[in-house]
Amino acid sequence: MSATGPAPAGRKRSPYPIWFYLPAAIVYAVLFLVPTVTSFYFSLTRWSIFDSQFIGFDNYVTFFQEPALVSGLWHTVVYAVVTSGLKVVLGLGLAVLLTSQIIGRGYLRSVVFFPVLVSTIGVGLTFTILMDPEDGLINESLALLGIQGPGWLTDPSYALLSVALVDVWKGVGLATLIYIAGIVSIPQEYFEAARVDGASAWQNFRSIVLPLARPATFTVILLSLIGGLRSFDLIWAMTRGGPGFTSDVIASVIYKQYQAGFYGLSTAGNVVLFLLVTAIIFPLSRFLNSREVDL
Amino acid sequence: MKRRQIGLAVLSAATAMALGACSAGSLGSSDDSSSGGGGKVTLSFLTDNQPETVKIAEGLAKDFNAKNPDITITVETRPQGTEGDNVVKTRLSTGDMTDVFMYNSGSLMQALAPQKNLTPVDEFAGQLDDNFKKSVGSDGKIYGVPFGNYMAGAILYNKDVYDKNGLKVPTSWAEFEANNAKLKAAGVDPVIQTYGETWTSQLFILGDYFNVEATTPGWADQYTKNQAKYATTPAARAGFDHLQEVHDKGYVNKDFASAKLTDGLNKLAKGEGAQYPILSAMLSQLIADNPGTENKIGLFAIPGADAAKNGLTVWAPNGLYIPTSTTGAKLDAAKKFLGFVASPEGCESLGKASQPTGPYAVTGCKLPDSVPQAVKDMQTYIDKPGASGLALEFLSPVKGPALEQICVEVGSGIRKADAAAKLYDEDVKKQAQQLGLEGW
Repeated sequence: MSATGPAPAGRKRSPYPIWFYLPAAIVYAVLFLVPTVTSFYFSLTRWSIFDSQFIGFDNYVTFFQEPALVSGLWHTVVYAVVTSGLKVVLGLGLAVLLTSQIIGRGYLRSVVFFPVLVSTIGVGLTFTILMDPEDGLINESLALLGIQGPGWLTDPSYALLSVALVDVWKGVGLATLIYIAGIVSIPQEYFEAARVDGASAWQNFRSIVLPLARPATFTVILLSLIGGLRSFDLIWAMTRGGPGFTSDVIASVIYKQYQAGFYGLSTAGNVVLFLLVTAIIFPLSRFLNSREVDL
Repeated sequence: MKRRQIGLAVLSAATAMALGACSAGSLGSSDDSSSGGGGKVTLSFLTDNQPETVKIAEGLAKDFNAKNPDITITVETRPQGTEGDNVVKTRLSTGDMTDVFMYNSGSLMQALAPQKNLTPVDEFAGQLDDNFKKSVGSDGKIYGVPFGNYMAGAILYNKDVYDKNGLKVPTSWAEFEANNAKLKAAGVDPVIQTYGETWTSQLFILGDYFNVEATTPGWADQYTKNQAKYATTPAARAGFDHLQEVHDKGYVNKDFASAKLTDGLNKLAKGEGAQYPILSAMLSQLIADNPGTENKIGLFAIPGADAAKNGLTVWAPNGLYIPTSTTGAKLDAAKKFLGFVASPEGCESLGKASQPTGPYAVTGCKLPDSVPQAVKDMQTYIDKPGASGLALEFLSPVKGPALEQICVEVGSGIRKADAAAKLYDEDVKKQAQQLGLEGW
């Protein structure tokens, strides 16, 4: 029925009627545009289970006065930078190793990638048990070596970093995969020319692999930074932001407001998170992309 | 051109068929429960996943079904603590709540907006105790019946350890500290703390409320009106100070940061720790996990500054509620179930499923003579005039959501007591504003 009257303008430019966009447009509008717009409105209200009351920017004021927020912001940045940095370094190292001629390369590649496939909550719960300060496997192993391991998740100065390390363990496979793709796509001519010139392995890496894998580096940085800024599931599964508020990130602060029934406040928090991620990622992405063109 | 038209026709026909099939299918599967012949009704019943609670819920469901064979009750569980609050609120707000559900009474129940979301059950008012009616009432109506017994926020202690070290039950904080010093010297952990489950960290503050009310009568009202604060009332701040003190003096067990409720209870039962500030209802789990400890565990009220004014802080039982989304035959059946729970038969079923750990809130229900020692201790406070009072959450709707985390911080030495009291005052502000209270 819809084929009988396509718009003349659409027919000239594209062989398909413009209505073909409709299903996707409806899905996009209903699931993304409408909730986004309504969330901007609801962030200006105080709503309980059924009614809402317009209160202007009070939620934003409260949210920025939230003591956990300031530390949460800092923890978020630390978490994002630590995970992103480690994923770049370890991912590149592993990718160089796994593109070289080593025994069991295919097997090792899948081993590195395997944690990416496991459920985050499952990983979180497993590591919570492994990191138990009294009878966790990690501290019991350290005790055999005569080392008194710290309370990985219960000591306020280690909790956030312990979770970040687990995040790296889980996510480094993806970074490695991207790097492997980047390194494999470097034309062999460069390496052949370098061999003719008698370049060492380090020179190969420093002057060929590193600069020519730059697009991969940018992708890894961007993806892991976005992932780190909005990380929530792993932190919630492992520490719930604790002990106290010492591993709270923005997302978990927002979730706690939601749990407490402060729906307007948590919506305001989500708007703030949205703006923050945009403010960091958008210029970064522009910058990294412009560098890519220069290459 | 033609081929495309045919393709589109086929596509749209297929879509229409798929849509039709979809709606027919979902209609077909949803009309069996309420309109089936014979008047058989199945009620769903949501409760938290604490093992003893589940036992009680299943016991009630079974005994009720034995009396009313037409009504079957299926028990569902949810997490405890703030995560459970979230489940309850979300399901209520989406109209997806079970036919009957169990939830806290007092301030947490008030936060569910009972006028809108719950069905009043005033017909059972005559069967209920006054304190309980206060804690499930709103605007002169009552919305729930008690699920469980009264409980106390108090200190459970191991009587054997006390006897061995020649200690007496303390009635003031100074005596409590003296006991702790002796216990530590004897190589026993004086105070058990279990921050692996964060809610257990709050007892020194919440269980201290009788002492606050005793020194500053009417504090709860002033607190609700934003005229009294934790940080500026010394008696109220004392709870935070106490929590800091037991940590700073090294009176807590070594694994306090990761231990869970079950670990704490077992430590107390085995005498590895001497005293555990906790809700007395946890006694049933302690006894179930450690048979033979009924008379080894005693209870005393959390001591305050003045021995003469010391008394027990009491929690009303949780309530059973019917959401407004339950209608028709299910509503009638649900009311019948609540009537059963609020009757002596209900109390009997409760006592059969789990060791009663406090007085009943239903008139005509008596505790059996064979209750554990700690419950007898609790009864002593309750029978003595002016030696027990309701906890703050039943006297004021203002309760901040972050108290657990703040207490964990104080109890782990991350934050000092005075800063914590101030932070908590800020935290409750949000709750008061959300509830639309005056003066905030």
